[in-house]
Order: sequence, then structure tokens, then C-alpha cells
Amino acid sequence: MIQQDLTEPLRDRIAGACAGRTPVSIRGGNSKSFYGHPCEGESVDVSQHTGVLEYEPSELVIHARAGTALTDIENLLKQNRQMLAFEPPHFSLTSTLGGAVASGLAGPGRPFTGSVRDAVLGVGLINGRGEILNFGGRVMKNVAGYDVSRLVTGALGTLGLLTDVSLKVLPRPASEYTLQQVCSQQDAILRFSQWMAKPLPLSAACWFDDHLYLRLSGTETAIRQAQHQLGDTLLEQGSEWWTAIRDQQHVFFQRQAALWRLSVPPATPPLAIPGEWLIDWAGGQRWLSSDEPAETVRRITASVGGHATLFRNGDRTTDVFQPLPAPLFSLHRRLKQALDPKGILNPGRMYKGL
Amino acid sequence: MNETADITDRDDFIAGLDLPAHCVLSEDSELRPYECDGLSAYHQVPWLVLLPETVQQVQSILGYCHQHKVPVVARGAGTGLSGGALPLANGVLLSLARFNSILDIDLDNRLARVQPGVRNLAISQAVAQHGLYYAPDPSSQIACSIGGNVAENAGGVHCLKYGLTVHNIAAIKIVCMDGELLSIGSHALDSAGYDLLALMTGSEGLLGVIVEVTVRLLPVPETAQVLLAAFDSVETAGHAVAEIISAGILPAGLEMMDSLAIRAAEDFVHAGYPDDAAAILLCELDGTRAEVETRISEVQELLTSMGAREVRLAHDDQERQKFWAGRKAAFPAVGRISPDYYCMDGTIPRKHLGKVLSTISQWSSEYDLPVANVFHAGDGNLHPLILYDANKAGELERTEEFGGRILELCIAVGGTITGEHGVGMEKIDQMCVQFNENELQQFHAIKQAFDPHGLLNPGKAIPTLARCAEFGRMHVHGSELPFPELERF
Repeated sequence: MIQQDLTEPLRDRIAGACAGRTPVSIRGGNSKSFYGHPCEGESVDVSQHTGVLEYEPSELVIHARAGTALTDIENLLKQNRQMLAFEPPHFSLTSTLGGAVASGLAGPGRPFTGSVRDAVLGVGLINGRGEILNFGGRVMKNVAGYDVSRLVTGALGTLGLLTDVSLKVLPRPASEYTLQQVCSQQDAILRFSQWMAKPLPLSAACWFDDHLYLRLSGTETAIRQAQHQLGDTLLEQGSEWWTAIRDQQHVFFQRQAALWRLSVPPATPPLAIPGEWLIDWAGGQRWLSSDEPAETVRRITASVGGHATLFRNGDRTTDVFQPLPAPLFSLHRRLKQALDPKGILNPGRMYKGL
Repeated sequence: MNETADITDRDDFIAGLDLPAHCVLSEDSELRPYECDGLSAYHQVPWLVLLPETVQQVQSILGYCHQHKVPVVARGAGTGLSGGALPLANGVLLSLARFNSILDIDLDNRLARVQPGVRNLAISQAVAQHGLYYAPDPSSQIACSIGGNVAENAGGVHCLKYGLTVHNIAAIKIVCMDGELLSIGSHALDSAGYDLLALMTGSEGLLGVIVEVTVRLLPVPETAQVLLAAFDSVETAGHAVAEIISAGILPAGLEMMDSLAIRAAEDFVHAGYPDDAAAILLCELDGTRAEVETRISEVQELLTSMGAREVRLAHDDQERQKFWAGRKAAFPAVGRISPDYYCMDGTIPRKHLGKVLSTISQWSSEYDLPVANVFHAGDGNLHPLILYDANKAGELERTEEFGGRILELCIAVGGTITGEHGVGMEKIDQMCVQFNENELQQFHAIKQAFDPHGLLNPGKAIPTLARCAEFGRMHVHGSELPFPELERF
């Protein structure tokens, strides 16, 4: 793994952009360039700013530069029987730690082992003034100052350029098995809700094409018992299934229609929007492949207390993310102003005006 | 009155409030109970106490205060340990105590929507019949309110596995200083836009007033078992903790106490602790019966091989409660052996535990102030309790200085000045050491985005640069530690 500290040159780039009021487009491995709105501005490449700065397995914390490849980090953790609990998607081999944190996207384990921001303990950040700032830390519990580390997680680089991140990591489970069962979408959502209220060793739950899939994690005996209780059949090569869902390599994600990501209260019954569905996160994250008008998708999703993101394809000239109520958007703008007063960092990547 | 306030007469101010008389306290005898929170070393009788009963009333109070530039301090149950709810002589103390209803329990999505004055433990009690509970369990959970938990990002003894408040809430409603009501977060697993829920959690009442909280509920684990291990040195106990984590085991609770804390607790509640041990560890595992059975025997073997001189398994729930009783009573137990005690809240990377404790012990002799240590060993959160007597001249000042040095030591080893109690009034000077000028300025800019006139809980949590200059201790970078006399570790 290459160790290279580019903090100073990156700071100079941002400070220069601030002085000249010239927008920049921050990129890591460029694996998620499809996500959000394309933003104008000179590209600032963080992918060469690499290296693990601190990792002691017994502390359950890893601290690395933002350009470090996710695969490098995950391999290192694996050698120590640990993992990133939020299972970040790898949309290509080049995916970086910074990109994973800036996008805030999590894999199938999310409802069970937490989101990206749940794992974030601290960040190094270059704000829109070109200042190098550190927030949070490398300890599990830290309530000194506002939680800027978690605020910038998922902010798509609009509040600062991430230089380094420290994350809480988890022990890798002793064993993992995947079960499958023939089941309608409606029944799957009901069963997920019932199982989630029970102390079962679940670590992923999804539904596709009249089958539900469950991942069980823990000690061998605990899993055997749960399997006995649930009575489903074992899926060979289960881990490949979950990786394909996580990285969107599964055939469902190869369609040409607009791919929507609907985040809804998990027990919400099936939504009446025509299209193909893949349900993940025990009902909480629903992928919809559909050419229905954006307005219809958003209205129906909002009516159940959720929000819809036009994840891939479709008409990307209008809002990609669910529009925010005016008072909330105005607060977003004031926060953007607080971190990036000249509006030079990834302008418009998330929303127009941010 | 605040220098920018345009209304300084209390009666005039009250006359302009749109609030029933029973929601207003202004007599000295009524105000006095609010003069401090759980950190009684700091006290100030408030100018006025308001006890609204509806969200509309909170909106109207804040809008009115905003209009007249009158500062506001929000208060929940008043159990906080950092002076975050310390009132102002020239401001309104806004008590949320009357917001004490559980509004809705959504069993299908495992959520409870509650008012901010609902007690932490009351939530778990309300859903216990459904086999669910709310995980964060600060030691004050029978009294502290959920609104205060969110404002402080409260922790507890199960944080390593279950996280802090921020990991266990889904949504909040806040009233901004100008009276606007905002919904933040959602009942889904995430929301569009910036993660304002995380930003609000732990913001210590500086950004908005929380008027509703939706918490996530978890299924009660099938079983929990606890081990008690005794050690002849705290270092050995520290190494054992590292070994447990390295073995891939994530305990629900992992607590350490040193000899003074052990003896105080044992004298108080007779938990059966070996009172001649230098340190004890309590290690609780929870989960399915099969999982816990396998893991508990692994931990038992590990503790023995790491040098525990005694390892005891609680054989039933009664014994388990007894093991925990000593730990949970550690603070009051120390309160029995000393007229006053001062509770610190630093977090350190666990590997520095031995060195940090030996430095604290050395300083304890220097200052002639005994220290009992209780430690959330799993997550590195250290609570040294400094024993002192406030009636002895100069002893509180010595204690504060000693405490300040402990916090700066936590920063020096890569930790933080507060793991779960918040900065409040108490640790505001140490913020100048933990953060540099630009970082503090960034905090102030964020505050401005919510509260441009600085009227919400002014003077707490984030120090002004002027205050830091006066304090005279600057943020120190890695290579220039504030304790040159100490070896670097």
C-alpha cells in the first residue's frame, strides 16, 4: 500500500480555488461519478493521498487517508478478522475510503450493524476556506464540539474535502450462512418486521423475484439454532449473493430504466408504483426500476414517510434527491455557507444552490 | 440583562409573553431549585423559569425571546454532569419537564415517538411487554430525560456494542431560536440532505430546542451473562480487555474499577467484590443463548490466561444484578467516603490506560487529593472521581486544576476531554486545548447558521477565542505536547 501525504497540496488547491472563486469537483476513485448531479469545476483528485495512518485491531479503530483504496482497507481488516460494519459498495476496484464516506452509501448489513456515519469517529477536512480542520477523534466516545464528522458524512463533498477518516470497525462474525425461501413481497416485508423484533442473529434481509434471502451471522451453534427456527433452505455461495446486491452487480441493476432508491419505514407495505422491485435492508431500502414519472415516485414515497433518490439512469436534469421543505433547505444553505462561504466545493452535486 | 436585549424589566417581559400564569416562575423561592443541574459546583439563579406545555408555546416563547434578544437555556431533567443547563442571570430557563408523554409506539418499525421530558428508562418500561427496549442507558436513566440525552449524546455502559444516543434515534423535532419548527430525520433509515440529526445530537442546546424525539427500539437479547474478574494490577486488567476485543468478541458491557472504587462500592452495596484486588473487570455478553454460551467460556479462559487471579460467573439473574449493583453505585459509593467528588469524563485509546492511570495516581499524591477510577473499558471512557472537600479553602480550585490536567492528558494521548457528559460550562477551557482557532471558528460559524444572535445557551460548549486567549492554553499539535516533562506515549 502506497503512503503518500498530499494534505498540503490539496489545501493549496482549495485555498486557491477559494481565492479565485473557482468551483472544484472533488473525486476519489471516480467509481460514483454517476451519483448525484454532475458538477462543474476543475477536478481535484484525492486518490493519490493514501495510506493507513493508524490501525490497532484491539482498539477497533482504523484511521486512514481519504484516497486509500477500500479494497486495501478491507483486506487489512480481514487479515485481522475485522470488517467495516456498513459494508460500503464497491462500484469499481478504484473505490476509495473518502468516496465511501462522502457518499454515505451502505450495504446490506446497514439495519443490523449501522450506517456509514454510525461508524465514523473523526475526520480531517479541508473546508471551503482552504483550512485544514480536525473533528471527532480516534476513540469510540467523543462529545466535544459539534459532530461535524458525521455532518459531512454523506454530504457528497459539498461541505469539505475529506483528507482522512477514522472509523470504528467490528469483529468479523465467526460464521455466516444465507437462507432463502419462496415468498411474496408483501409476506417478506411482514416477516422481516416480525423477525427484526426478535433476538435472532440476522445480519442482512432482502427480497427479489418471489424469494426472500436472510443472512445469519455469529457462532456456528447460534446460526444452526436460528436456521432451525426459521426453517429456510440454505443458499450455497451466499456471500456472493450479498456482494452482488451490495455492488449492484446483480442482474436487477443492469436494466436500462431509471433506478430509484426508496428509503422508507421498513414495515411499509409494498408500494403501488409500477416497475420491478428489489427490497433490501429488511424493507427499509427499496430499489425500483421504473419509467414512471419522478413526480409519481416521489409523491408516493413521501406519503409513507420516505424519500426517493434517482440513483442511476433516468432524467437527471431535474432533482436527483428528494426536494427538501423550504425552511430545511434554507438551513442547508446556511450550513453550506458556514463551511464553504464561496460555494466552490462540488456546487450542485447534491442540490442546486448547495 | 444581555447587552443586546431591548427589554430588561422582568414584569414587562412576562406581560408580553403569551403564556398562562402557571407556566411562569419568577419568585425567588420558585427559581432557586433551577440554579444548577447535576454539576452542583456551578450555580446561578435564573432570571425567569418558563414551563411551556405545548410545542406552540415553545415556538412563541423562542420567537418572543428572539425578538427581544433575550438568551434562553433549555433544561430537561437537570441531571447533566457538565453544567450544560446552568441558568443565566439575564436569561430564560426553559424547562421541558411538562413534555412527558409517550406519543406513539410503532411496533412494526420498532420506533417510539416521545416528548423530550420522558425519562430514559420509562421508554424501555413502556415497551418491555413487547420484548423491546431502548439501548442507551446512562447511569442516571431513572431520572434523566430523552431530550437531554439527545442534547448531550448520552452514553452508558453498553456503548461499545450498542452505540450512543446518536446511533439509537431516528428523528427529532426542534424549535429554532426564531420560533420555527423543523422536522429532522425520518422514520426510514436515512433522510434526504445533510445529516442534521447527527449534528443536533450532542449540540448541548446551542442550535435548537428539542420538542420531540423518535427513538429506535431493539429486541431484548435472549440472554445476558456477566463475568467478574479480579486482577492484581490495572495494567494486567487493561491487557485482558485488549485480548477480549482482539479475539473478536464484542461484549455488551466491559467495565473496570480500581481499588479505591472497588472498596467504596463494596462497603456501600456489598456486591461481593474482592476488596483487596487492584482492579476488577465486569464483562457482560448478550445475544442468543447458543452464542453467549460459546463466548462466555472463551472469555473465561482468556481472562484466566491473561492473569486474572479470580474469575466468577454470575449464575443467575439475581447474581448478575448484584455484580452490576456495585458498578452502578460507584458514584454514590464514592460520595459516601468523601464530602465531595468531582467526576471527570475523558476518553483515551485503551492502550494508554496503564500510563494514564499511573500519571493520575502520581498527580493524586502531588495534589493530595485521592482519586477513584471507574472506566468504561470497552470504549476507553475514563471516569476518574477526584475526592475533595468544598468546605476546605482552595480545595475545589485544586481539584479543578487537577481535573483540567487529566483532561489535557487525555488529549495528549490521542483522546478527548469528554466521552459522554458534554462540555457544558465545566470543560469549556479545555476545548481551547483540544481544538485550534480555525476549528473553533468553524463551530461558531455552524452556530451562526442556526442562531445568528447567539441566544441559545450562550457561553457553553464552544469557547470564544477571547476566552481561550484568557485561559492561556493553546491547542497543541502532535509533536508539541502540553506536558514536556512526560514521556511520549
